[in-house]
Amino acid sequence: MERSPPQSPGPGKAGDAPNRRSGHVQGARVLSPPGRRARLSSPGPSRSSEAREELRRRLLGLIERSRVVIFSKSYCPHSTRVKELFSSLGVECNVLELDQVDDGARVQEVLSEITNQKTVPNIFVNKVHVGGCDQTFQAYQSGLLQKLLQEDSAYDYDLIIIGGGSGGLSCAKEAAILGKKVMVLDFVVPSPQGTSWGLGGTCVNVGCIPKKLMHQAALLGQALCDSRKFGWEYNQQVRHNWETMTKAIQNHISSLNWGYRLSLREKAVAYVNSYGEFVEHHKIKATNKKGQETYYTAAQFVIATGERPRYLGIQGDKEYCITSDDLFSLPYCPGKTLVVGASYVALECAGFLAGFGLDVTVMVRSILLRGFDQEMAEKVGSYMEQHGVKFLRKFIPVMVQQLEKGSPGKLKVLAKSSEGTETIEEVYNTVLLAIGRDSCTRKIGLEKIGVKINEKSGKIPVNDVEQTNVPYVYAVGDILEDKPELTPVAIQSGKLLARRLFGASLEKCDYINVPTTVFTPLEYGCCGLSEEKAIEVYKKENLEIYHTLFWPLEWTVAGRENNTCYAKIICNKFDHDRVIGFHILGPNAGEVTQGFAAAMKCGLTKQLLDDTIGIHPTCGEVFTTLEITKSSGLDITQKGCG
Amino acid sequence: MAAMAVALRGLGGRFRWRTQAVAGGVRGAARGAAAGQRDYDLLVVGGGSGGLACAKEAAQLGRKVAVVDYVEPSPQGTRWGLGGTCVNVGCIPKKLMHQAALLGGLIQDAPHYGWEVAQPVLHDWRKMAEAVQNHVKSLNWGHRVQLQDRKVKYFNIKASFVDEHTVCGVAKGGKEILLSADHIIIATGGRPRYPTHIEGALEYGITSDDIFWLKESPGKTLVVGASYVALECAGFLTGIGLDTTIMMRSIPLRGFDQQMSSLVIEHMASHGTRFLRGCAPSRVRRLPDGQLQVTWEDRATGKEDMGTFDTVLWAIGRVPDTRSLNLEKAGVDTSPDTQKILVDSREATSVPHIYAIGDVVEGRPELTPTAIMAGRLLVQRLFGGSSDLMDYDNVPTTVFTPLEYGCVGLSEEEAVARHGQEHVEVYHAHYKPLEFTVAGRDASQCYVKMVCLREPPQLLLGLHFLGPNAGEVTQGFALGIKCGASYAQVMRTVGIHPTCSEEVVKLRISKRSGLDPTVTGC
Repeated sequence: MERSPPQSPGPGKAGDAPNRRSGHVQGARVLSPPGRRARLSSPGPSRSSEAREELRRRLLGLIERSRVVIFSKSYCPHSTRVKELFSSLGVECNVLELDQVDDGARVQEVLSEITNQKTVPNIFVNKVHVGGCDQTFQAYQSGLLQKLLQEDSAYDYDLIIIGGGSGGLSCAKEAAILGKKVMVLDFVVPSPQGTSWGLGGTCVNVGCIPKKLMHQAALLGQALCDSRKFGWEYNQQVRHNWETMTKAIQNHISSLNWGYRLSLREKAVAYVNSYGEFVEHHKIKATNKKGQETYYTAAQFVIATGERPRYLGIQGDKEYCITSDDLFSLPYCPGKTLVVGASYVALECAGFLAGFGLDVTVMVRSILLRGFDQEMAEKVGSYMEQHGVKFLRKFIPVMVQQLEKGSPGKLKVLAKSSEGTETIEEVYNTVLLAIGRDSCTRKIGLEKIGVKINEKSGKIPVNDVEQTNVPYVYAVGDILEDKPELTPVAIQSGKLLARRLFGASLEKCDYINVPTTVFTPLEYGCCGLSEEKAIEVYKKENLEIYHTLFWPLEWTVAGRENNTCYAKIICNKFDHDRVIGFHILGPNAGEVTQGFAAAMKCGLTKQLLDDTIGIHPTCGEVFTTLEITKSSGLDITQKGCG
Repeated sequence: MAAMAVALRGLGGRFRWRTQAVAGGVRGAARGAAAGQRDYDLLVVGGGSGGLACAKEAAQLGRKVAVVDYVEPSPQGTRWGLGGTCVNVGCIPKKLMHQAALLGGLIQDAPHYGWEVAQPVLHDWRKMAEAVQNHVKSLNWGHRVQLQDRKVKYFNIKASFVDEHTVCGVAKGGKEILLSADHIIIATGGRPRYPTHIEGALEYGITSDDIFWLKESPGKTLVVGASYVALECAGFLTGIGLDTTIMMRSIPLRGFDQQMSSLVIEHMASHGTRFLRGCAPSRVRRLPDGQLQVTWEDRATGKEDMGTFDTVLWAIGRVPDTRSLNLEKAGVDTSPDTQKILVDSREATSVPHIYAIGDVVEGRPELTPTAIMAGRLLVQRLFGGSSDLMDYDNVPTTVFTPLEYGCVGLSEEEAVARHGQEHVEVYHAHYKPLEFTVAGRDASQCYVKMVCLREPPQLLLGLHFLGPNAGEVTQGFALGIKCGASYAQVMRTVGIHPTCSEEVVKLRISKRSGLDPTVTGC
């Protein structure tokens, strides 16, 4: 038996509990999702897992067939109250008294896997898990229970998804594949600058896709410089044309938008280009561009509305500043640009703009890349600084004034020190705000049906099956509280959610050791814990950190700087030097990090890194030869060729 | 005696070979005398990746070490410095020239991304070669400095065995040097093979020993062979704009997954490399204008054909550098077929205190990092009290063809051969790298496949990745295979968006299902 502590996202044990050691792969654990206690009973793993599977099918069948099921214990007063409630409503219930059946204890276990609720009573109404006694009474008081008791077929749809981004679409498609009647509502409220876009959400339209393409454009600028060192000859005059690039990128995005619509149609998912908001339980109002309102009902809902860039709330910000919502389709070159913020969005945008040869300044209130490893963040920043990006640290804008209209125009920015009284004034062509993002959860009628949000952040708290406090309403993607804001995470959790709701799957989305990459001019890939977080969780003395600087082979002949790229792993000394944090700063960091993330899922240790043969000559191989610990204080600079 | 030595090492490996050498009838026996009086604790023959790793590791462990290295000039007279094949005529220069070719592709991409590059775009071989060669020379220098720093004695001599503890070499001035050591590691690597029965092959042909050191562009080139060396060279020559033809007798990339190999070839063909398949050269002649006239036979039709080239590059395989070592004097056994040295799992040859690592050894992967690791582990066993053996399974590697091919573990053929078709599940996908979209590049050959056992939990047997940065993508997954990863674990790994490597963790379609493996959309 292994008992794991309640897992907070991020730390906890590195990797999954199951299958952690090399070579030991236990089939039976498949049913025991990560982070849960493994319950292997005596008859041997495979028999027990078959029996459990059979039991689970029986229970799901019972739930599927019954209008109301109460899993109860005959002596439990809470169970009695619930039974009385239903009988007072004149509703016939299917009651299973766990203390009066042979396999009651196992039923309770399997139930807790299905519902994440370990106690009785455990109530299902029309296939929807309502919860225990308190939740049932709450649902009764709010009218939800009565709604649920109405026939299932009374709803227009099995599932309505609000938001057609990565998470919403993956959930919709999966639910449709599983034979459900699904609707997706997607509506892009134009940005204050009037930018709007098609189906697919942030990633496709104003996120990952255009930013990686612009990053690639900037990398190509670097490649052009490098190419001369590798023998290529052409006219020295090379200029970058913003319009050409943007048009090409927007064309690609349009094809993706189209592809999404097509794939929804193929799967018979109803797509409505309208703004959705809850009006009452199980009912949503959809308002289209022309202001026409239509109402739809569904048995279950998924909220996947994502986030939009935040504004400063200062004079002139919404009038004159742009955000990442506008940048990628800007019809003219932004010119001299001030980027406000130090999020990855800010640094990525600043990075590629500088790569096109623009004059770029980043105004940072406090630290770079909050939440990321700060040593890495500083290295990202200093590389950018060496490559022409100016940083204004500890300043915040207080006013933006238009001096001249135009494409681009001229804006005067007044900023003040976040520490003292100093103010500065500077003129830019473009001011790009990248100070954070706000969840789109406050204007979709959640209060009407009682879905709780974190009032401060606007995020939606969910349990580990992405369920909100209102049982038939789920949420995925960037709006989830304390979950990574990443496309692949949203896709994974949306898909798994649909499979659990409609496919009798138990697999939960695993939010631990999610790898990511920041596409700054020098890319930063990471998986697991930052050094700060690792120290906080495990204490410094329990960690061993291995690190090195390295010089990509391609950089040598290109004459690019040595001792800039950097690799670091953080190991837990008291768990076989298990790798709990992986960090790389270098070209193709994303490509490098992915496989290591998979290895971390399998419980990667330092020993395994040492035992693995490198692929020569690559950047990734540096992790197979890490020797110097940070605690040794030894020099990690590469002597080069002396 | 040998048995005793094995037993002693088996006990903990701390014992050094202390028995008397059989010095009967050996010239210079005075120096190759008894243990304890020998010149060195360890003598390494060959200063390539493996040999240098051994030497440095042993020196670190406080041993007295010498390295002898000598580069026999190629038939075309090319020679180079310390560091062996990888540094001088292998991985390093080839990856750099591959990079030059990739940059050529990026220059073509650039206008799609808004960069206004004026035509014409030309490539200057001399400039590239000089830059690459200068980098290699700086590495040669770096290796010498490293040996010096660690107090490893370095002799630039051609060594041959005198007896089982002694080698002899001739220094520059013609002076003969005898070196004796308790332990000797042979790490002399291999050299390109020349065909033996083709007229003009040796006189007019070059090999990978020469191509990276050419001062002038090779011009229109015929590459003969289907090894990864052949494909890589032809790939970068095409990439920098040269008219390049590959002539191969049978299948490409023997030993690699054949589906992947076909895709590699298909990609090269669609990017301008010409292929003469099923053909074998029979004659090379120099024409009066200096060009080379190559005659070949189409093996299917028996028809003879002819073509002219500026350069003919043989890349038909490599032979171990064992001939001049006088191995029989020491009693070291080699394979009669390959002339490679036979060793056991501890890298010991038929003579217990003589070891061999790297490309010179029979049945080992010919890869730099393998040689390095095997060398380090060997020295740690000899002098560091370790008993860790080298694990030659699941060695990842990457072929740096224009579209790179990275792999680790079993090929599909090998998996099927070992486990049976019905026990193997292959997941695969065609994908389009995001960067290709705007650049308007064709991604027909971008493909990834994962070979697994079919029975749950579907242990990973092999991963094959064809696409940009395949080496970077493959490295981490090699760890996964080492950890005993299952298909399910890889699928539970969240992707990094947008990258090519995320395609690996998104593999859902099995070959068995017959579904279309073409990835659409995001």
